[in-house]
Amino acid sequence: MNGRWWLIPLTLVVALMLVMVPLPDAAQPFRPDWVTLVVLYWCIALPQRFGLSLAWIAGVLLDVAHGTLLGQHALGVVLVAAFALREHQRLRVVPVTQQAVVVMLLLFGKQALVLWISGMVQRAPENLWLYFASPVLALVFWPIIFGLLRDLRRRYQVG
Amino acid sequence: MQPLFQQAAGPTLRLVLFVILSILLMIADHRYEHTEALRGVLSGAIAPLRYAVSAPADLLGWTSGHVTSRSDLLDRIDALEQQNLRLRARQQKLDTLKSENERLRVLLDSSAKRDDRVLVAELLSVDLDPYRQQVVLNKGTQAGVYRGQPIIDAYGIMGQVIHTGPLTSTALLISDPNHALPVQINRNGLRTIASGTGEPDRLELLYIPNSSDVRVGDEVVTSGLGGRFPPNYPVGKVVQVDRRPGAPFASVVAEPKAQLDRSREVLLVWPDNRHPAGGVAPADENLRGQQDSSGNEPEQRR
Repeated sequence: MNGRWWLIPLTLVVALMLVMVPLPDAAQPFRPDWVTLVVLYWCIALPQRFGLSLAWIAGVLLDVAHGTLLGQHALGVVLVAAFALREHQRLRVVPVTQQAVVVMLLLFGKQALVLWISGMVQRAPENLWLYFASPVLALVFWPIIFGLLRDLRRRYQVG
Repeated sequence: MQPLFQQAAGPTLRLVLFVILSILLMIADHRYEHTEALRGVLSGAIAPLRYAVSAPADLLGWTSGHVTSRSDLLDRIDALEQQNLRLRARQQKLDTLKSENERLRVLLDSSAKRDDRVLVAELLSVDLDPYRQQVVLNKGTQAGVYRGQPIIDAYGIMGQVIHTGPLTSTALLISDPNHALPVQINRNGLRTIASGTGEPDRLELLYIPNSSDVRVGDEVVTSGLGGRFPPNYPVGKVVQVDRRPGAPFASVVAEPKAQLDRSREVLLVWPDNRHPAGGVAPADENLRGQQDSSGNEPEQRR
């Protein structure tokens, strides 16, 4: 039993703040899904400590921060987190670049789900395809997140 | 030491549980209004984060205000004093017109209209869902903000509050594709509906017959028919009228008067039939004093 588990919620809070940082309108669709990326890291790195409950709470907070339907992002985050939790042993042994591809596919699915729900309850945004650029950017951001959080976890012995 | 290969029965059950929970929450949030309280609590919980995220942008504005050159400031003061003078001159005329109007209304036995109460709020620099046109205000239920409250800027109607938290609230702009408000053409009183398009400089005016009298340049004001927006606030100006012989209605586009993508300060309006929580309807003079003090307070702080 280690005392540093509270660093996990702290990283999620930082990710939530990054989600809210103002960007120019043109860059809006390219904003990486920080919260889901961080959730995926903890699912792979510490599955015995980080479960679906925390992923779901992070998703609901993401909904509140975004002003979307409550449960919309929560559903997406829980689904990708469940996949990562089940496959964490396989994901740990592959190189970071291959992890990035899997993460991109997961985020792609989540984005499709979120956009689909958005389209059901209200008018879907114009130039829809642009919003799939954000998952592709995960190819770049996953190695960075992975490196940062791994260093954090090792230095402070989180878990 | 944890087992190397866990049995998967537990996790699957939990996943199904969370998926059902999410779907139920979405249905409850979409169909009913019970989740508004939950959203208020959570929004209060992340309000500090919103203020923290907004702080660098505020600091930047504050710094640029402090390093502006003296001559620029003097120029600005000059311009503002001139504008103030002009507005005061118009205000004098307005005051006489208003008292005259009230006298005439008394003669006609129709109820006199009170002033709407307003409060200045600032936008927080935080980003929301990119698919919707929303803004976050730095006033919440503690300041008496309620759901459905209209917000305006110096030029016209901006939108309405859709979610409230204790310290912040979220407003939907009139340019959002899911927003529509009842309006009328100022020149002839033709009633229509202004619906957002998702672009900050275009509103569609719906259900206007091809034969109706609408011209480019017509002023569009709120009609007050929905009971949510106070009547006779400016909304926009007609910029395009396209009469299509084959279609039942003309396609009319208006440009919003409010600076939807530029305003930093907005006014929260309490239409005269609503009063902030806890307050009883004050007499006319009290109301005006209260309005002045509450309206000026944020400006003094800056």
